[in-house]
Amino acid sequence: MIPGVAADFSQDTFVTYLVKAVLIIVFLLTSVLVAIWFERRVVARMQVRPGPNVHGPFGLLQSLADAMKLLLKEDVNVTAADRIVYLLAPMVSVFCSLLVFAVVPFGPEVTIPFTDFTTPAQLTDFPVAVLYVLACASLGVYGIVLGGWSSGSTYPLLGSVRSTAQVISYELAMGLSLVSVFILAGSMSTSTIVEGQQSIWFFLPLLPAFVVYVISMIGETNRLPFDLPEAEGELVSGYMTEYSSMKFAWFFLAEYINMLNVSAIATTLFLGGWRAPWPLSAVGDGVLNTGWWPILWFLAKVWLLMFVFVWVRGTLLRLRYDQFMVFGWKVLIPVALAWVVVLAVVQWFRLDAGVSRTVLVAVILGVGLAAVALVSLWPDRRRSPEHDDAGPGSEAGTAPSSAPGTVDAFAGGYPVPPLPGQSLPPSPRAGRRPVEHVPAGGAGPDTPHDDVEEGAR
Amino acid sequence: MTTSGGEAALFAVLAPLMVIAALGLLFARRAVHAAICVVFVMVSLAILYVANEAPFLGIVQVVVYTGAVMMLFLFVLMLVGVDAADSLTETIRGQRWIGVLLGAGLLAVLLGVITRATFPPAVGLEAANAATNPEGLAAVLFGDYVLAMEVVGVLLVTAALAGLVLTHRRRLGPRRTQRLQARERVAQMAVDPARRRPLTPLPAPGVYAQNNAMDTPALGPDGQPLEHSVPRVLRIRGQRRSPVAVLGAQETLVQRIAPEDVPAEGAREVPGAGADSTEGETR
Repeated sequence: MIPGVAADFSQDTFVTYLVKAVLIIVFLLTSVLVAIWFERRVVARMQVRPGPNVHGPFGLLQSLADAMKLLLKEDVNVTAADRIVYLLAPMVSVFCSLLVFAVVPFGPEVTIPFTDFTTPAQLTDFPVAVLYVLACASLGVYGIVLGGWSSGSTYPLLGSVRSTAQVISYELAMGLSLVSVFILAGSMSTSTIVEGQQSIWFFLPLLPAFVVYVISMIGETNRLPFDLPEAEGELVSGYMTEYSSMKFAWFFLAEYINMLNVSAIATTLFLGGWRAPWPLSAVGDGVLNTGWWPILWFLAKVWLLMFVFVWVRGTLLRLRYDQFMVFGWKVLIPVALAWVVVLAVVQWFRLDAGVSRTVLVAVILGVGLAAVALVSLWPDRRRSPEHDDAGPGSEAGTAPSSAPGTVDAFAGGYPVPPLPGQSLPPSPRAGRRPVEHVPAGGAGPDTPHDDVEEGAR
Repeated sequence: MTTSGGEAALFAVLAPLMVIAALGLLFARRAVHAAICVVFVMVSLAILYVANEAPFLGIVQVVVYTGAVMMLFLFVLMLVGVDAADSLTETIRGQRWIGVLLGAGLLAVLLGVITRATFPPAVGLEAANAATNPEGLAAVLFGDYVLAMEVVGVLLVTAALAGLVLTHRRRLGPRRTQRLQARERVAQMAVDPARRRPLTPLPAPGVYAQNNAMDTPALGPDGQPLEHSVPRVLRIRGQRRSPVAVLGAQETLVQRIAPEDVPAEGAREVPGAGADSTEGETR
């Protein structure tokens, strides 16, 4: 047995590993076909239209038909592309996305039917399995980045630059929310984390971390409302604009496998993994948590999260890029950091200082109530910022350009040098002598009509 | 202290590839290719770490160096567009000699430390990883070397703060938010009718059955061409097409396709009249 890992892989041989690996790949590929159909049907239902319903029962074979079409299409190679990297990028994407499920526990020990061979329903596990998932995710970004760069075209490059910034910043928040799971479970191995959720699933005590994880997992997989690397309205389709046929299909496959990956990780770390939900877990002294049943619960939870993905996509609008980055850096990361600190302190009191759980919960509730009371009773000294800088006519009236002949250099939103006959108002920088006004009758702030018009386009 | 067969095979496969990739870093023409070579070396190194029972080190190598540091390198490479046409002129005088001197100094220091270092007898991986690999590592880092860790941490935080301070720029004007700009536009309509502009986005260029090019003005609800639907650049260059010309061309085309349906003389001789009638239909 590996130290620090709950699952016991000592019986497994090379053949067992091979069979499990093949089963995982088959599972992922079929799940992607189902996921595409599922997404299209659910979004269609949300938009009051039927969705794919022609090929096969309930349109189930539609995604198979699409996959065949992509396979048989002409494989276009862009002339300006950097050939090797252009081919390498989709492969990197798919390869990295396939790696993650190696450490995801589908269930506890299962016995192969008609034999007495027992093995964990999991390919492998080791003491840093969750970090391995993060590593695979961060390698997968190379597929997107290199794909965008190697296409030799502008929109893909912009898409890949965006996705780099996006994934790096959202990976921080995601990693921090995972840290709180490590603190509570005392381990980074997936099977041990599931083992630790016997009494309570971690999403309840770690609710803030769970919320941060769910948000950042949507950002990490480039899904709406965070699909800025492939925003159709701005970037055609971002990093995959110049890809066609099977190479495009690989990117597509990687995106859907990544959705399954992050859902499975969320299930494992926060939603009890393969454990049966509460009323069922009490049935027959926990019989539903043994044998092959757990795989059912695991899949149900994963598909619940997949439904959340589709639901969010059908509900929310795409964010503007700056709002998105501000949200990631100024909201998600500070919240996740603060939560980790709070949790570490609480955990220290519980484990090292020997404070009992009831006392601890009472103290936390008390502090929380006091904080809420303090915030609600605090005198509201915040003047509304819109009144400060956007009162009626503030831009024209109270700006320093009120003196005749001076020009507001920032009237168009960016600094412009004064025209002949105009002068700048005194600089607001500290420690500089005010500039004397030139009393010549300048034309005042003058933006050509056409510029203004162009800005509105 | 023996190497298992699998480990030896792994090393035999990975080591030559790593050397080739490392040479690729030196000799690659394009900066991005060099970066990919470095990524390959890093990932292979991580695999070797894991094979040597240091899983934490291997995974962190990928997460931190490959996933974050190298990605930022690549980010900058793509943004700046560094390419084969790099200028090799030195911007700092004597840069090369200073670099050589500092490198030699670092080498001397490292050699001195390495040759003089004495190690306690090895306890073996079984003992080192007894309480799982990350926990053993944590005990060493945050127990034996806690001061060095904290000093490095302070150094890194200081560097990050310095980066923030150096790139900080004081805001000279008020911040132009989206809401502010929207208010300005509405206010401008009331103040100055001469500089009035639509609150909505400008109309797109004209879309007709035959022609949806940028140089064709759209027709307004009153049937008049909207000049400002053509991009400003085309207007200044004088590349705008008149709607009459577009519709006239359309008439000719229709006539060419089905000459028996359309009276031949009318459209050919008076294209303006034909255009007018079509315009009336679109109205």
